[in-house]
Amino acid sequence: MSDSSAAAAHPPGLAHHFESYEQQKHSSFLGMWLFLVQEVMFFGGLFVVYVTYRSLYGDAFAAGSRQLDVMIGAVNTTVLLISSFTMVIAVTAAKKGNRKWIVYGLLLTILFGGIFLGVKYFEYGAKWQHHLVPGPYFEWHGEGVGRPVEIFFCLYFAMTGMHALHMVVGIGIMLFMLRPAWRGKWTPQNHNFVEGFGLYWHFVDIVWIFLFPFLYLIGLATH
Amino acid sequence: MSTREYDVAPDPGLPKSHYLNAAHGLKSWLLTTDHKRIGILYLLSITFFFLLGGIYAIAIRLELLTPAGDMVQPDTYNRLFTMHGVLMIFFFLIPSIPAALGNFVIPLMIGAKDVAFPKLNLASWYMYLIGASLTMWALFHGGVDTGWTFYTPFSTTYSNTYVAAVAVGIFVNGFSGIFTGINFMVTIHRMRAPGMTWFRLPLFIWAHYATSLIMVLGTPVLAITIVLVALERLLKFGFFDPALGGDPVLFQHLFWFYSHPAVYIMILPSMGVISEIIAAFARKPVFGYKFVAFASMGIAVIGFIVWGHHLFVSSQSLYAGLIFSILTMLVAVPSAVKVFNWMATLYRGSIEYSTPMFYALGFIGLFTIGGLTGLMLATTGIDVHVHDTYFVVAHFHYIMVGGALMGYLGGLHYWWPKITGRMYPGFWSHLSAGVIFLGFNLTFFPQFILGYLGMPRRYHAYPEEFQVLNILSTAGASILAVGYVIPLVYFIWSLKYGEVAGKNPWGAVGLEWQTASPPPEHNFEEIPEADFEPYEYVEGPPSERPYRYSRSEA
Repeated sequence: MSDSSAAAAHPPGLAHHFESYEQQKHSSFLGMWLFLVQEVMFFGGLFVVYVTYRSLYGDAFAAGSRQLDVMIGAVNTTVLLISSFTMVIAVTAAKKGNRKWIVYGLLLTILFGGIFLGVKYFEYGAKWQHHLVPGPYFEWHGEGVGRPVEIFFCLYFAMTGMHALHMVVGIGIMLFMLRPAWRGKWTPQNHNFVEGFGLYWHFVDIVWIFLFPFLYLIGLATH
Repeated sequence: MSTREYDVAPDPGLPKSHYLNAAHGLKSWLLTTDHKRIGILYLLSITFFFLLGGIYAIAIRLELLTPAGDMVQPDTYNRLFTMHGVLMIFFFLIPSIPAALGNFVIPLMIGAKDVAFPKLNLASWYMYLIGASLTMWALFHGGVDTGWTFYTPFSTTYSNTYVAAVAVGIFVNGFSGIFTGINFMVTIHRMRAPGMTWFRLPLFIWAHYATSLIMVLGTPVLAITIVLVALERLLKFGFFDPALGGDPVLFQHLFWFYSHPAVYIMILPSMGVISEIIAAFARKPVFGYKFVAFASMGIAVIGFIVWGHHLFVSSQSLYAGLIFSILTMLVAVPSAVKVFNWMATLYRGSIEYSTPMFYALGFIGLFTIGGLTGLMLATTGIDVHVHDTYFVVAHFHYIMVGGALMGYLGGLHYWWPKITGRMYPGFWSHLSAGVIFLGFNLTFFPQFILGYLGMPRRYHAYPEEFQVLNILSTAGASILAVGYVIPLVYFIWSLKYGEVAGKNPWGAVGLEWQTASPPPEHNFEEIPEADFEPYEYVEGPPSERPYRYSRSEA
């Protein structure tokens, strides 16, 4: 319901209910940080479940963890860190009003995010072939009882699945950002959306930084 | 205390242009980003779900009229109380004051043109609608029988109803609360008018800040819990079912980590409303303003570390139980601070018994009973004796209905002239407030006795010696139902025939009363300045008060 006369009096890119770019900027960043706090609590619930079962079934978790390929996990971690770097390129370009490099930065981020998800796809496929997907199809031929190992894989799929879902959403948003970025929507005064999205992408990255040791590396120490 | 001049000029009629006639047509409502219109959208939706949840309550009370389970099958009864709980909690009480009244009033109170993220605000309503639609779909296909608490493994493995649909509905609806919470917090931080410092904020705002904190921190934990329940139910992921290697008590911990603070999502906004009403109709500043403000924050913070009192008999260790018992009793401290401060505000005030004041006074009494019985339940010894009985049912209805709902109705009566620009008939509104108070106590007080005598909750049949008290309760519920229908009628009536209220019918202090009723599209003609202290009321007898006294209220 933006009033046209009020909008006309306002500088471009400043929403009608804000008084200044400053106010708009602080509002969107505070909003974004609060959203990330909410995300921390969301993943926090998952980590509570993880901690509970790992303290109960430490050995089974280590055995389950050894079924994962540390090398693939490490490569994916690197890919994701690079995607965070390319995101920084996009954000820096937005700050300088360099629309070409916003687009390049986003495209590179989409590319590396896509590589991560592609690798994840093949990892999931291998788990299915090895009967490591929880449910009726699950089979365990390693040491110890199968049930606790199955819970490890429940958590593996829930945690990496939720993480992957966040990446899919992120890539989707970036695809929608390409057009306005190319058309020069984001200026040095107002590029809050790009910077806010950058925060989101880094957050998703950080979640993986926790998931990698919790899922892939815990088997190494106890081997 | 300085005195202020009030605009006492009689209003000739409604203002020419306001937010309601700024645009026309269905599209102008469904695509609006105006916080006032979104508040109205929420108001309509939650009223619908309140009535729907009320129908389930009537069915429950009718079944309990006789000891034998003669009206519905046991399975049906399970679905009745589950749907009553799900609809009332997730689709009425949690969004009630924040999303409807808060949405409308918060930007007006702090002198802002809108909330910080108007589009997100609209998105939150659509999230609510999608969640509600999924729940309604399950409802039309027979409902759910797990209780609103969805305890595992019954909900994940054994229940043959549409648990997943309702769970996803609640998950989606959770985003509505998260969006609202983020919006309010940023709005309160960044959108305050010049001069509106933190300690000039109305206590309604403080209460909503605390509520938003719970929404943002708590709701995502419920969301992930629902995801895990859905994974277990649909894909046999063994998180909570012992048969699959999981731990059902872990579910209870995660569920109550959100759902106990959720009780404070319901009661804190109500407390905010009560502070506004008490000050306005005792014509005094709220006694100990900062204490009441920090009490809201205290309740929000302590509320996050008391969830274990729902697990006293769920294999939680005795020592954990004791700690949670002590922490739970701590909540009583800020709650009591509020009640005592309201009483001190009333002391030597020039009290006017307007309809909102009826609700506020009712709230104080009922909330006190609900809170004190809460302390009884926090005591592990008593709780082991009365857990899962009607004592618990009565206790939380005193908080949720006697507290949260009374506050909601009080707030609706207080801001109705601001929202619509018109007054409701004073006689009928006073009458219905009285009927609701009477009906409520008759419904739920007998349930304290029933529970103490040992009648368990969630059964459709009971021994004959409990019948007299159950008849009283059902009779009370019928009176309560009448009490709720009356406002529905006169509110609709007032839209067309109500007396024009003018911008400040109560002579209340606060920025929301300095703009027209109904407010213009962008709230204020020019950005107001808050150059006054909170609740800067002029003392004196009603006849000398410098404000227009509505005839129909007299």
